[in-house]
Amino acid sequence: MYGGGYIFEEPNRVQQREEQLHDDPEKLAAFEMRIANGEKIEPGDWMPAEYRRQLIRLIEQHAHSEVIGALPEGTWITRAPGFKRKLALIAKVQDEIGHGQLLYNAAETLGKSREAMINDLLSGKSKYSNVFNYPAETWADVTVIGFLIDAAAIVNQVANAKGSYGPYCRALERICYEESFHLKQGHDAFIELATGTPGQKAMLQDALNRWWQPIMHFFGPPDKVSGHSEKLMQWKVKMASNDDMRNQFLEAYVPKIRELGLTLPDPLLNKNEETGRWEYSDPDWDLFFEVIKGNGPCNKERLDVRKWAEEHGRWIRKALMKEGTFEKKAMPVA
Amino acid sequence: MNDSLDPRINRLKLNKTDDPCKVEEGENWNVFEVFHQEKRGAHHEHVGCVHAPDAGLALVFAKEQFGRRKKCVNLWVVRSADILAFDVEDEDMFANNLEKTYRDASGFKVMEKINKFKAQAKPANDK
Ligand SMILES: [Fe+2]
Ligand SMILES: [Fe+2]
Repeated sequence: MYGGGYIFEEPNRVQQREEQLHDDPEKLAAFEMRIANGEKIEPGDWMPAEYRRQLIRLIEQHAHSEVIGALPEGTWITRAPGFKRKLALIAKVQDEIGHGQLLYNAAETLGKSREAMINDLLSGKSKYSNVFNYPAETWADVTVIGFLIDAAAIVNQVANAKGSYGPYCRALERICYEESFHLKQGHDAFIELATGTPGQKAMLQDALNRWWQPIMHFFGPPDKVSGHSEKLMQWKVKMASNDDMRNQFLEAYVPKIRELGLTLPDPLLNKNEETGRWEYSDPDWDLFFEVIKGNGPCNKERLDVRKWAEEHGRWIRKALMKEGTFEKKAMPVA
Repeated sequence: MNDSLDPRINRLKLNKTDDPCKVEEGENWNVFEVFHQEKRGAHHEHVGCVHAPDAGLALVFAKEQFGRRKKCVNLWVVRSADILAFDVEDEDMFANNLEKTYRDASGFKVMEKINKFKAQAKPANDK
């Protein structure tokens, strides 16, 4: 994973709109023309203040989601059933942390340091994908995450890879390549349970029931309420609407779940053959915003683990620093 | 107070304090660009960067990050601050490259001239 499809908005937008007014209109027009022509924007290029701000927010949240997303799965490495599953899970979790680093680097090219991003994560100012505030109770949860959460993330990441910011696109190209392995190993483990003993099937069905609502939340609130994304779409920061991505996910994966004899806990979930779009019961959006605020089952635990890692890793980070380590510190160049 | 399902977390006894944790600027070290060589004889290509306290560890991290899958025979790292590049705003200095046909094989049409010569020479040879 895990580019959460939904990027959380910060409250202090007013000041940013002021900055926006100071963008040079000629430069802005040239910038928008380049994007309309399918050109990529690179770190040293002129860009509107709001474009920079939105991209930092997007890429930073994506990076945090990769790192925090590795936690619910990481804790299952010691309990993975069998040597091959354990190897695959270790490889996947390492990939996710690697994705986090690629993305922190891409965000740094826009001028925000990795330390500042980590501090904003730890203080709760900066968010990550909401799905990782739920626990992985059994091994079946791990297979649901590996198969369906990674699948949802791929829908989002493949879309974003066609965006306008060069360093983000390049990071996503590499990420999408690795995600295809995550999806496949998740699907394989998922099928093994779905076609296994009655106990395994029941365990998987339970996990699916638990995860369905967080999965429906994954792409964010419906288009009719999420609003103000036209500019972001024009700038190719946001590449597809929440509802379109959700529909694409349902179209591809609901059949793959149902063909295994599993059910989904939504009686209204169905494809409308006339419109070609999926229909479903509205998930509980109040709950979604409650969890974003920090009141989900695992929010505190996730941040506590990150804090613990920062605090207990500090001595070795400092021990490795030599005189002059930061001489000529610079942000990544591309 | 910890009712986590995660055995690791229960062992760590997290949640002991709510003190804020702050990472100092520079604590994540310096930035190095990484260049990857896929096979002997190929160019090293830029693939991304790593944070490291020095070039030696940057190589170790680069191997972990960019050499754990697919073919790789060698890596280079160089401190990002040591990369010298043109300003992207100066891109127009390369603008007329494509007009310099005198620098290009395609700018020289020898066959046209040879064929013309052969066509003229033919009647003379026929005598
Ligand atoms: Fe990922
Ligand atoms: Fe993944």
